[in-house]
Formats: sequence, C-alpha cells, structure tokens
Amino acid sequence: MTATAPHGLAEPHGVTEEQAQTHSHAHGEEVPPASARPKLAVWKFASCDGCQLSLLNCEDELLSIAEAVHIAYFPEATRAVVEGPYALSLVEGSITTPDDVRRIHEIRAQSGVLVTIGACATAGGIQALRNWADVDEYRSVVYAHPEYLRTLDTSTPIASHVDVDYELRGCPVDKKQLIEVLAAFLNGRKPRIPTYSVCVECKLKGNVCVPVATGQPCLGPVTQAGCGALCPSYGRGCYGCFGPQDSANTESLTRQLVELGMPADDIVRVYRTFNAGAPAFAAASDAVAADARDRAAQERGPE
Amino acid sequence: MGDIRILQPSGLDSLIGVLHERGYRVVGPTLRGDAIVTGEIRAASDLPQGVGDLQDAKTYRLHERGDQAYFGFAAPAQSSKPVFFPAEEVVWRGRRDHDNDGHFTVERDAVDEPPVALLGVRSCDLRAVQIHDQVLAGRSHIDAHYVGRRDGTFVVAVACSDPAASCFCASMGTGPRPAENDPQTGAPSYDLLLTEVLADGDHRFILEVGTDRGADVVAALAASGAPVTRGTDADQADAIAVTDAAAALQTRVVDTAHVHDVLRASAESPRWEDVASRCLACTNCTLVCPTCFCTTVQDVSDLTGDSAERHRVWDSCFSESFSYIHGGPTRESTKARYRQWITHKLSSWEDQFGMLGCVGCGRCITWCPAGIDITEEAAALGRMSGLATPAATT
Repeated sequence: MTATAPHGLAEPHGVTEEQAQTHSHAHGEEVPPASARPKLAVWKFASCDGCQLSLLNCEDELLSIAEAVHIAYFPEATRAVVEGPYALSLVEGSITTPDDVRRIHEIRAQSGVLVTIGACATAGGIQALRNWADVDEYRSVVYAHPEYLRTLDTSTPIASHVDVDYELRGCPVDKKQLIEVLAAFLNGRKPRIPTYSVCVECKLKGNVCVPVATGQPCLGPVTQAGCGALCPSYGRGCYGCFGPQDSANTESLTRQLVELGMPADDIVRVYRTFNAGAPAFAAASDAVAADARDRAAQERGPE
Repeated sequence: MGDIRILQPSGLDSLIGVLHERGYRVVGPTLRGDAIVTGEIRAASDLPQGVGDLQDAKTYRLHERGDQAYFGFAAPAQSSKPVFFPAEEVVWRGRRDHDNDGHFTVERDAVDEPPVALLGVRSCDLRAVQIHDQVLAGRSHIDAHYVGRRDGTFVVAVACSDPAASCFCASMGTGPRPAENDPQTGAPSYDLLLTEVLADGDHRFILEVGTDRGADVVAALAASGAPVTRGTDADQADAIAVTDAAAALQTRVVDTAHVHDVLRASAESPRWEDVASRCLACTNCTLVCPTCFCTTVQDVSDLTGDSAERHRVWDSCFSESFSYIHGGPTRESTKARYRQWITHKLSSWEDQFGMLGCVGCGRCITWCPAGIDITEEAAALGRMSGLATPAATT
C-alpha cells in the first residue's frame, strides 16, 4: 500500500500487527488476539459515507468495539486490509452500477452475517429518485463524455440483489442501534430493533404529538422508530428518514398531510426523499402524484 | 355533609409547601411547550394559570383564558399513568463475575422513591389509577414496582370545570366530580378535593376533606396561617354546580348499558374494514390511554456480554410485534388490532376485571393523528349490530 493514511491517521511506526492487536483492557483483562476475534468488514456502495462515520462517531464505545472484533476491512478508518472471509459485514450504500452488482455478490460470498446500514442500503437512498427519471438524459447533461459512464437506470437496495441478514434504517443510522446490532451479533442474541412507528418513541419519551398540538405535518405515524424521535423531540415533524414502519397506512396519512395544508408536490417529495426505493413510500408517492395529475387534468377541462 | 373548607388561591403555595414538608414529591399539571403535561410542581407558579385548552379529534391547542384560573383546562396530554407505571424501567441487572468462574450476579431493581402527592388529578384520571390498582395490584400476582411507587400516595383531586369537546366522563360515570370512594374497594378516592370557583371576581377553592390524612394536612395549612376558612352546605352546593355545568357541556357519549354486548356481537362487523382504512396503527391511542397497561420485556447486553439488563417497556396492541409468536403475528391486520383494542376497552375488560376499561378522558380521540373517535366507532357498531345506542356526536 502506497497511499497516505486517510484522515491524517498516523501509521503505527515500529509496532508489529500482533503487538498492536494484543494489549490489555483498562480493567486489566487480556484482549484476545486479533485472530481470535470475529473479522468485521465495512463496505461502501453509492452513499455519502455518513453511516460508516456513525461507527467512527461511537467515540465512547469505539475502543470496546475494536477490542471485541477484528476490524479487517474498513477503508474509511484504516488502509490496512485483512483478507476475508469476514464474520460480519456492514454494507453502506445502494446498487447503482453494473460493477456494484458484481461486487455485492462477491461480498455476500465472503461474509458470514451481512447487515445493511442506512437508507441507501435498505431503500435506495436519495439517489433512488433516478428511478422516476431518465438516466440517459442526466448522463448527457452532466458529463462531457457520457460514453465513459457505466451506470444502471435504477438505484436499488442491497436486499434486491443478495440475501441480507439484518437491515438498519435511517439517514444516517442511529449510533445506539448500530452498537446494539454489534452487541447482539457478538453475544448471539436478537437485536432490540423495533419496527413500530416513531410515535411509540415520542410517547415513551413524553413528547407531545407535533401534528396534533401544532398542526405541522409529521411522517411519524408511518415511519419506523429507531432515531429516538429525534425531530419531534425538537418540535419538528418527522420527515421519514427511517422508512416505512411495519404497518404503514400511507393512504390515511396522506389524507392527514393534505388536511394539514401540505401541497401535493411536497407530499410526493417527502415520501421520496430518503427512502424512495421502499415499496410502501414509493407507492404512496405514486398515488399522490397520480391524484395530482388527475386533478390538474380535471381543472384544465376537456381539451 | 362532610368537612368543607374554603381555600383562597393565595393558599395554594402553602398547600404545596405542607405536602413537601411531609416528604411528598408533588406531581401535577404544568405547561411544557405546546401542551399541559403532568410534571413536577414546586410552587403554584408551576401550574398553568390562565391557560385553557381546546381539544377535539386530532386537535389540541392552548389559549389564554383571560382569567386567573389555575385549573381551567381538561385532561393534560398524558395522565398520571407514568408516575406509577413508567414507560420504561429496569427489572433486573446481571453482571458476569470474572473472579467467580464467570457466574452471573443478578440484582433486582427495587423502587426507592419518595411518595407522590398528585395535585390537580382529574376525576377521569383518578378513576384510571383505581383501575390500575385493580389490574396491577389487586390480583394474586402484584406488580411490585407499581405498588412501590403507588404506596402512600396523597391525592389532591381537582373537580373538572372545563371539559374539552373530546371528553365523555359524564357518560362513563367517572366524572366530572370524583366519587368519594373507589367503587371496587370502597377506599376513599381522594384525601382532598378542590373545586375551583371563578365568577364575578369571586375566586376561591372549595375544599372537601376525604380522609383523616387530608384533615391533618388542612390542620397544618390552617396552623401555618394559610387562608383556609370553614365552609358551609351552600359552598358544597356551589362546587356541585361547577361539575354539573361541566357534565352538561359534554356532547360525546358511550351507551354503557349496551356497549358490552354490542362489541360481543360485532366480531365480524364490516365497520372494522372502515376504521382500519383510517387507523394509522401508530399506537398513540394506547400510549395516551390512562388505563392501557400492556408491556413487553426486552433484554440488552453490552458489547462484551459482561453486563445485561432486562427492561420492561410500554407496548401496544397496535404494533405488529405485540402479537408475534413463532411464525408470525396473530393480529396481522390493523382491522384485527383495532377490534382487539376497542373490544377490550369497552367489553372484555368488564368480563376480566368487573368494570369498563375506559374512563372517558378523551385522550385517544384528541391524540389520534387520524381523528378516530372511540365514541363514534362504538355508536356505529351499535347501529350496525342492531342493538340500540344513541348517536355519538352531533
């Protein structure tokens, strides 16, 4: 490897890999050697890196994580690469190129447990807006030499291509949920990741319902919990970055959003922002868009 | 007649002070953000003086009343439920002991909190506490954490003068004037009952004493020089007039004479499809309900597996995971979940506990983002089942 270390991280001069990876816990117990710890890999597809950063942002827990697993492949954190297979792969990003399709199959083949992290990996991300657009047109407008570009017409979640063992939602993922999934993996237990609505988290925290008390539109009732009701805790409506809850009734919510004065264009946009590739939100946005088209046609009257 | 006193509004601080001196944590209605919530009361200035609320299906708005009323509003956003039955609590903690062959030591979490004085609790919510006493502490297996928090509670109830459009306690027989005694156990419902009278420059609290403990607090109040004087039958009549007027303001009703049988007869009603098309399965109704008591148990451990905790967390029959058993949920559709909830509240609760599970506080109506109205659904089911029931609202 000749590249400089990313993010200005210093190389461990004069320290062998074995020395670097066998050391003592603060409380005096011996950390098992790297070879005895499960290998963790972190992969990136079309994404902004924010979800991987959530792992690096686990400041208080980062050392414990590094002691519990062997960080074998994580280019965002270290250029050192340890060969697979990997016990646990965290996959960020969506599939947008033919190369992505090939690579995700390779990753699946060398991974024990594969967990997708974030809205891109689980629902196509913001870039799934291309699923409603003409990619050839974009390509010709944006690039001087569009012929060099190999891209797909759609942005799709990882689970559309390979089997996924677990999905973590959010843009970005929630740090606590990430640690919970790692702890569950390491201890062979079920992760405590609810699939109910954001409303549950509001109520558990004692938040007052934002749309009922203020009239602001809120996607909380159709959105999966996990963020700790972050936006409503600051008096803002949820904008759905965790994607649909397990029993999302978007038809009913759309009626409420309309009543609260949200224009149809905004409703389409809010369903399509982060999780446009999630079937429940995609269908909801299509229904609103179709309805708006019908209304516009009616208003124009017969041609 | 009972022991009637008049407390001037300036004496509220003394009342709160006497309760603090006796070691109580005083909990009551207070303003937070866009709503009146149940919280810590350190002084009368923590009460939402001069603030009123407008509540109706999927709407809650505060407004300035233009007067000095301390209790001129209906049900706070959340009842006193979380005071005794918190949304999440640790049941036990386990720690691996590396000096002892890796065995686990387990510690139970015991409740160690000062007793609570509920100040300003409404009749509907007081009835809900009594229902929880029956459900959580009145059966063969008591909930130790609930009992630990509930034991020794001092109750200063405030009769409701300003019901919201979503309220229907009068129809449920649970308010607006609280019953003197718990209809199940016969225990006194309150230590003190206040009724706020506010008319033509006359602002006073009519104070009715419900227990010896309440009489002790009143004696301490008088001894401290607080403005408490003897009241008369006429004062009690004034208090009753306040709640009679409040009852007359309520328009929503449940046909309690028939609702139990209506729901029994409605298992296959086409109404369930209708309500499911509106229901968001968001769980809000159950989580603001003062009587809903369902919980789930969740285990957590740290990265090393050296420490673990078991948590008990509020759950809801509207979540898919609530009825999950091996192979899937037994109530997969929202239709099945709504039917389960309303049937339990207004019918099978009676078979289970000998009372209805609804106190008419109206929170499920106010806080439903889709505006689903339990009284309207019950009335529609009544009409469709052919069993007589009046229309819910106009």
